[in-house]
Amino acid sequence: MALLEVRDVTLRFGGIVALDGVSFDVEEGQISGLIGPNGAGKTTAFNVITRLYKPDSGEVLLDGSSILKAPAHKIVGKGVARTFQNIQLFRTMSVLENVLVGAHGRGRRIGPDDAYEVLDVVGLRERALFPAAALPYGIQKRVELARALVAKPRLLLLDEPAGGLNHEEVYELGEFIRKIRDDFELTVLLVEHHMNLVMRISDDVNVLSFGRKIASGPPARVRADPAVIEAYLGADDEHDDDEPSPNGTPQVSDTVSDTEREDEA
Amino acid sequence: MTPREQRIFGFAVFAAFAVIVLVLPQFISDFRARDYAYVGIYLIALLGLNILTGYTGQISLGHGAFMAIGGYTTAILMAGNEQFGGPIPSGMQDIWTLPIAGLVAGLFGLAFGLPALRLSGLYLALATFAIAVAMPSTVKRFEEHTGGGQGIQLFGLPELTGSNAVAPADPNAPATFEVLGLTFTQNDWMYYLAWSIALAAFAGAWLILRGRTGRAFRAVRDSETAAVSSGVSLARYKTLAFGISAAYAGVAGGLFAIASAFVNPDTFPIALSIFLLVGIVVGGLGGLSGLVVGAIFVAFLPLWAQGQDLGSVLPDSVIQGDTVSIPILGDFLFKGTSAPGGPAIVYGIVLILLMFVLPNGVGGLFRRVGQAITNRRYSRSK
Repeated sequence: MALLEVRDVTLRFGGIVALDGVSFDVEEGQISGLIGPNGAGKTTAFNVITRLYKPDSGEVLLDGSSILKAPAHKIVGKGVARTFQNIQLFRTMSVLENVLVGAHGRGRRIGPDDAYEVLDVVGLRERALFPAAALPYGIQKRVELARALVAKPRLLLLDEPAGGLNHEEVYELGEFIRKIRDDFELTVLLVEHHMNLVMRISDDVNVLSFGRKIASGPPARVRADPAVIEAYLGADDEHDDDEPSPNGTPQVSDTVSDTEREDEA
Repeated sequence: MTPREQRIFGFAVFAAFAVIVLVLPQFISDFRARDYAYVGIYLIALLGLNILTGYTGQISLGHGAFMAIGGYTTAILMAGNEQFGGPIPSGMQDIWTLPIAGLVAGLFGLAFGLPALRLSGLYLALATFAIAVAMPSTVKRFEEHTGGGQGIQLFGLPELTGSNAVAPADPNAPATFEVLGLTFTQNDWMYYLAWSIALAAFAGAWLILRGRTGRAFRAVRDSETAAVSSGVSLARYKTLAFGISAAYAGVAGGLFAIASAFVNPDTFPIALSIFLLVGIVVGGLGGLSGLVVGAIFVAFLPLWAQGQDLGSVLPDSVIQGDTVSIPILGDFLFKGTSAPGGPAIVYGIVLILLMFVLPNGVGGLFRRVGQAITNRRYSRSK
C-alpha cells in the first residue's frame, strides 16, 4: 500500500477547475516528482494534501486512512510536513525560533537541542540566532526545510526547493534530498520546475497539466511521453534548460538571444 | 547577545526597575503617587493588549470594554447591587475582587474570541470597536445590576482598603492606615497595589510569551499558513490570546475602579480603547519593556497637554485672540470657544512626531540601543 494515495480529487475555485479528478500514489521511501507547467495545479495539490484547501470531491489517504476530516493543524502530527514555494518564514523570529515552531506539533518536551540537531543537518547551526528575515533567499529556504524536518515527518512535501539556486547548488540539493530521505527515513513529494533535478532524483514522476494528470511513471518514460512534451511545448519550452547538452555547450541559442536583447537596450 | 545573556540582562533591568518603582514615592508628592498608580494600571492593560495585538497580530479597538467588565465586576462585588435591585450582596474586600474581575473579563474575551476568528484586519478592528461602542449602553440597560447611568459609588465603603484611614496630628499631612504592619497614605497604598500587580503581570506576560505559547502567538502573526502547517491551531491560539488579553484588561479595570472609588459608564469611554491602542504603538508592538513608556504616555500626556499654553506651541498667525482658527479644522474643532481643543492638538502633534521619530515605538528604540551595545562589545572583543 502506498504511503500517500490521492484519489480522484477535484477542487474548483469559482468557475476554475484547479484540480480535475487527480489521482496518484506516493510509495513509502520514494522520492516522487510532481511536475507540470505553471498553473497546472501542483501547489494546489500540496495545499489539498496539507488540508489548507478542502477538495470538492475525492479522497486523500495517508497510510490507508483519510486525512480530509482532520483540521489543517493536525496534519503535521500525522506525519506530513512541507515547505512553501513563496517562502513562508516567521519573519520576526530567529532561525532557531522558526525551527522551534516547526516542532510545535510534537509537544512541550521538544527544546532547542532538537532544533540544533536539525540545524546541523541543513548547516545552519552558526546562524541559529540570526533573524530569519535578514538571511539570503537560499538560506531562508534551508530554514524552511529545517522547520519541516524538525516535525519528524514521514512524508515531506517540497514546493520548488531549487527556486533561485544556481547550477551547482541545484546539484547539491539533489544529493541533499536523497541524503535526508535516507537519514530521516522519509518519503518525499517534490514539486519542481527544474526538470534536470526532478528527473535525476525521482523514483517516480506524476505530471499535471491544467488540473489533470496527464502522465505518470518512471522519469525516463515520462520525459518521452508525447502528452508531456506537448504540455510543456505548449506552455513553455524551457523544461530542459538546465540540462547540459552532450557536447558541453548548453543553451547556445538562449545566450545569443540574451546578448541581442542587451544590444538593443 | 545569546538568549542566555539576554535573559540575564532582562532580569537585571527588571530588578533595577522594580527598585525604582519601590522607592519612587519617596521622591514625588503624595498627590502624584496616585497619577503613577494609574501608570501601573495602564501598564497592565497595555501588556494584555500587546499580547493580543502586538504578539498575535489581532487588532482590538475594544479593550476599554474589557476594562469596563473588570471594573464593574470589582465595583459590584464590593458594593453589591442589592441597592439597585440586583442579587449580589456587598462585602468583598477590594483586592480579592481583582482575580474575579480578571476571570470574568477573560471569559468574555474567550467568548468574543470565538466569533472573532472569522474576522481579520480592519474587520476585526470594527467588530472590537463595536463592543467598545455598545458597552456604555449595555451598562445602562442592565440598570438593576450596574446602577445604570448613576454608576456605583465606592468611596468610603469599608470594603475599600484605606477607607478607615485616620488623620494624623499634623493637619497638613495626609491620613494614614496600616496594612500588614506597614503604614500607608491612601495614595501610596494605591500606588503600591497597582505596581505590585503590574510587575507581577509583567513577569507573567514574559513567562507566557517566552516559550512555546509565545512562539505560537508570533507564528500566527507572522504567517498563518506556515503556523497551521507547523501544527499551530489558529482557533486555539487566537482565542487564547483574546482570553489572556481580556483578563489583563479586566484586572486593570478592577484596579481602575478601586483607584477612582467610583464607576459609571463614562469611566470607560470609547476613547479609552483608542488610547490603549495608542499606548502599545508608542510602547512598541511585540515588546514588553517599552510598554512602561507607553503607559506613562497614556497616563500623563493628556495631563501634560492640558497644562500647555497653546500660544507657545502654534505660531501667532494661527491664533487670533484666544480663539484658534485653523481653516476647516478650526471651525470643526474650536468654534467660538477659547481653545478647548488645545490639549487634543498638542496630544495629536506629539503623537505624530513620535511616530516619525520612533516608527517602532519605544521598544524599537530599546532594541536598537541594545543591538548597538552588543555589536560594539563583540567588535571590541575580536
